[in-house]
Amino acid sequence: MERTAILTQLLEMGAAVALAPLFLGWVTQCRAWLQNRSAPPVWLPYRAIRKLFHKDAVLAQDASPLFRIAPYVVFGTMVVAAAIIPSMSTLPLNRAADAIALVGLFATARVFMSLAAMDVGTAFGTFGARREMMVGFLAEPALLMVIFVASLISQSTALPVISEALATQALGLYPSLAFTAVAFTLVLLAENARIPVDNPATHLELTMIHEAMLLEYSARHLALMEWAAALKLFNYACIGFALFLPWGLATGAAGPQALALAIPALLAKLAVAGLGIAVIETLSAKLRVFRVPEFLAAAFLFAVLGMLVHQLLGA
Amino acid sequence: MPVDLNAPLPACLALIGAWALIGAAGLLRPSSVRFAGRTLFPLGAIVGLGLAAVAAVGLARPAEQVVLAIGLPDLPFHLRRDALASVFLVMLGAAAAGISLFAAGYFRRGEGTPPGLLCFQYHLFLASMGLVLLADDAYAFMVAWESMALASYFLVVSQHRIPEIRRAGFLYFVVAHVGAISLLLCFGVLQGGSWLFTFDAMRAASLAPGAATLAFALALIGFGAKAGLVPLHVWLPEAHPAAPSPVSALMSGVMLKTAVYGTLRVTFDLLGEPHWSWGLVPLAVGLGSAFYGVVFAAVQTDMKRLLAYSSVENLGLAFAGVGLAIVFHGVGMRALAVLATIAAIYHCVNHAFMKSLLFLGTGAVLHATGERNLGRLGGLLRRMPWTAWIVLVGVLAIAGLPPLNGFVSEWLLLQAFLFSSEVPVNFIDMLLPLCAAVVALCAALAGYVMVKFYGVIFLGQPREAALARAHDCGWLERLGMLWLAAGCIALGLFPAQVVAVLGEVAGGLLGEVPPRPAAPWWLLVPLPDREASYGPLAFLLVAAAVIVVTAVVVRAVYHQRVRRSAAWDCGFARLDARMQDTAEGFGQPIRNIFQPFFRIQRELPDPFDAEPRYRVTVGDRIWGYAYVPLGALVRRLADLAAYVQRGRIATYLLYSFLTLLTLLALVLWNGPRS
Amino acid sequence: MNTVAWDLQLLNLFAALLLLLSFAMLSQRRIVSLVNLLALQGLMLWAATLLLAWRTHQGHLYMSAALTFGLKVVLLPWLLHRMIRRLKVYWETEPVINPAATMLVGVLIVIFSFGLAQPIAELASTTTRSALGIAVSVILLAFLMMITRRKALSQVVGFLSMENGLFFGAMSATYGMPMVVELGVALDVLVAMLVLGVFFFQIREQFDSLDLHHLESLRERD
Repeated sequence: MERTAILTQLLEMGAAVALAPLFLGWVTQCRAWLQNRSAPPVWLPYRAIRKLFHKDAVLAQDASPLFRIAPYVVFGTMVVAAAIIPSMSTLPLNRAADAIALVGLFATARVFMSLAAMDVGTAFGTFGARREMMVGFLAEPALLMVIFVASLISQSTALPVISEALATQALGLYPSLAFTAVAFTLVLLAENARIPVDNPATHLELTMIHEAMLLEYSARHLALMEWAAALKLFNYACIGFALFLPWGLATGAAGPQALALAIPALLAKLAVAGLGIAVIETLSAKLRVFRVPEFLAAAFLFAVLGMLVHQLLGA
Repeated sequence: MPVDLNAPLPACLALIGAWALIGAAGLLRPSSVRFAGRTLFPLGAIVGLGLAAVAAVGLARPAEQVVLAIGLPDLPFHLRRDALASVFLVMLGAAAAGISLFAAGYFRRGEGTPPGLLCFQYHLFLASMGLVLLADDAYAFMVAWESMALASYFLVVSQHRIPEIRRAGFLYFVVAHVGAISLLLCFGVLQGGSWLFTFDAMRAASLAPGAATLAFALALIGFGAKAGLVPLHVWLPEAHPAAPSPVSALMSGVMLKTAVYGTLRVTFDLLGEPHWSWGLVPLAVGLGSAFYGVVFAAVQTDMKRLLAYSSVENLGLAFAGVGLAIVFHGVGMRALAVLATIAAIYHCVNHAFMKSLLFLGTGAVLHATGERNLGRLGGLLRRMPWTAWIVLVGVLAIAGLPPLNGFVSEWLLLQAFLFSSEVPVNFIDMLLPLCAAVVALCAALAGYVMVKFYGVIFLGQPREAALARAHDCGWLERLGMLWLAAGCIALGLFPAQVVAVLGEVAGGLLGEVPPRPAAPWWLLVPLPDREASYGPLAFLLVAAAVIVVTAVVVRAVYHQRVRRSAAWDCGFARLDARMQDTAEGFGQPIRNIFQPFFRIQRELPDPFDAEPRYRVTVGDRIWGYAYVPLGALVRRLADLAAYVQRGRIATYLLYSFLTLLTLLALVLWNGPRS
Repeated sequence: MNTVAWDLQLLNLFAALLLLLSFAMLSQRRIVSLVNLLALQGLMLWAATLLLAWRTHQGHLYMSAALTFGLKVVLLPWLLHRMIRRLKVYWETEPVINPAATMLVGVLIVIFSFGLAQPIAELASTTTRSALGIAVSVILLAFLMMITRRKALSQVVGFLSMENGLFFGAMSATYGMPMVVELGVALDVLVAMLVLGVFFFQIREQFDSLDLHHLESLRERD
């Protein structure tokens, strides 16, 4: 592997880790604008993370080593996912994992978070774990169908190949991709604990899904978990871009000019995506927990419709 | 006995015979735990390892046959070892090694059957499974199959003083024999008129399409009963909890896979050219069983029943792979058929390691606490650290998480399904990608089930005070479990090598060896012209590097101070063990979402109850719809037949008289014509 | 796929949206939204007819489009909204099978219709024949909607949606039906609506509710 490839890889991982809290801050700011409130500064997540790192970690008496290593494992899997998803260019590590392995990586993070939540044995932790696993098992088939439709068009499940195939297609209306994009958006909202599935800013424990699993964490462990959550949203957004907005990605053989073009393209796409998420969050209300299966069934349905329309109409 | 490396069949037979001898040796001193436990079981483990090694050598060698003059005078045993049998022998030997080591430390006196007798039954079970894999004629196969069923029956009812266990054993016995009858009929159809029951004759026989379909259907019923496909799965959740844990591990881990071996052997070897539409049946039944099994596993409150239902799920996925392979083979997409077969066999091997590890873990927990009920366990990670951390590897593997082995077989299966939209049949090309979504749903639900299993048993607070006296398992048990965990990790990190081997096996079976795509040793590339690859070693290293770097940087830049205090729980001061989630609670979303599949009975408390109780039992609908009416029918028929038995001698004399008259009439009628 | 003309792409888009609207109607609980979705379906049909008329230069399709707009987008939804206001039915009761199961059955129906339509489409001579599968699915999904609903108004909406599907099928396979047939069908639908409106008032008078399971009490034997 040549040096430039390794450097690009490290650059993208670093950029993902650095930009993720900014993306989160941007979404919060857009929500505040849309709701006619004054927004916190965009770099507030960075300050929150830094503040958390300074604090002393307080652990429960009964917390086991699993509880202590889970934040590192979750953060590590999210960074590895960022290393695999082509956000700015196609990467050497892309060959080590395709889109299905990516879904598996997210599942690993989810399982470790749930196990850690069950570790201390509090009521809220175990119940958040149960709900998170429920959302997870309903979202996975929908996400897999989205990947399938994309790979039906490009004959491969490797993300860079899919991006390249979709980027070089003639510009036009592809209803199958439109349906799949809607399905992907619904899955993104569910997996990242956004409204309408879960309110990321809630204080009511009985309504929490993701936050309930983080209740026992403090200091650097909580900082890593929060950072991992921001990274997860960033990763999902980048997967969405790779599948549906693939223009602007530098391909493997291109030189530094293509990379220089890819960075502002990524920032522009992130800005639009953040605004889009904020709009959807503002316009929807949070669903009751047992309506979430219907929500995810709708996502699955959109993805299946996309596949069937592709089979029938060839579009 | 010298081992000829080019013909390992005699060596395999010798090792299988060694197992039988070890078993017989157990009868010499039946009540001695030391003799059986410290000597015989470890010896059996070594024999298992030897068998795995010898069979692995045989993977690259051509098939060999031998005729043993045991059995009846005109029906000797024909035995054959080819690549397919070798793979399953490797699986048998390796899994049995780990399980035997565990069993060495596990069996104790005073729990029903004496240890020496248990040793005999156990090793006979192992030997008969080996013979099933090597059998090359219907007679040898059925003898081995029946001994397998019989030996496992006695193992299941080891604690025969408990009535539930006897009932479970009986149910197992009945379903096993229903399957065996179906297999006998299948072999009867397969011989195609030559009345020679060797597999060679069956390979040479050409059957009419109707007869071939009948044979396939009978084989599927017979092997499906052994594998636990819905609706013949009812014995699994009863027999596995009743049996001692090493036996459950052996049954779930190895015995169920002989059914997959049998299906592959009958469909691709004996029947030759399966029609593509046959594949839809194992595909549909397999996916249905997978879904059914995992949904039921999620609502169980007994840890071994949970694992039993999970076995139903995994075998369903393996059969789905086999079905997909038949569909691809029938429409001519040979490379994809090979991929689907590889996925099915890989899944079997993976499951052997993962499920055995989990069952052994439950054995350790059962010994330490005496509890099988999830509602009385909890917090065992602190009391039994070795067991808990090793079982964590198994849990992560079976949940299908990269970079362990469960993920690889699911990845291969999904890759095979991906290209199913190219099948040139009208509705099938749209239905098959939907099946991929069912596979993904089952995989995700398996994650749910395993988080419940591990979280309720090992994490959280102990739900009973008696759990404070739990002790960790002994060193033999740890060794057995470590061996299996190492197998899970190795199968997960080096998939390219395993797939290369399995590709040869599947190619040999299906008649077309796929070209090996050029790829580095650490990357798995299943199909050459489709771009999909998976390199678990690379991404494990990257993940480990990131974790280590993060930990080091955080400690260097900030600090690593830790304080301990009571759990936060949002400021609620009086936290107690009953406030955490129960097993029923964890299964509640599944009960709610998939309600039509369950028969739920609730016992609600009365407002005037002095001791209010709430109980919810989740039952199997198939039991009520299919088995209970069937049982009632059999009983009615039996009652009708009982009319024949009058108890009076005059009536019996009348029967003989009538028979004599009928025979004489027949002779008279046929006589003048001849 | 790269060289498909833009108007055919647009037609494919309309076809896909029509299918989506059928599914949306299948899962919708509010009756007012159901009628609005029906109007949207009519709008899609109108746009598709117009596009097809422009592409194939067939004059009678313009008349057909005008009729579609007048009837399906304006008149029938208005009639239905009026009925809703007078009968005061705004919400649907729980459907016969739960929504997720209905969706799954819907998907299976779509697969069946697509499989069915593929060989038939080979026989048709139009360029939009691949949309025949969508037409059949819209009809069958509307039928499913009629089966799984309890309120009478939802069943009427299902019936009208079936007619939409038939219309789309005729258009995509044979570029429209003869004008006489089309006028006749339109008249029938209009008369059916008026008669059904009268019926609903009578049912409401008798049972004090539009829930059709009350009609089950009209049986010979109990």
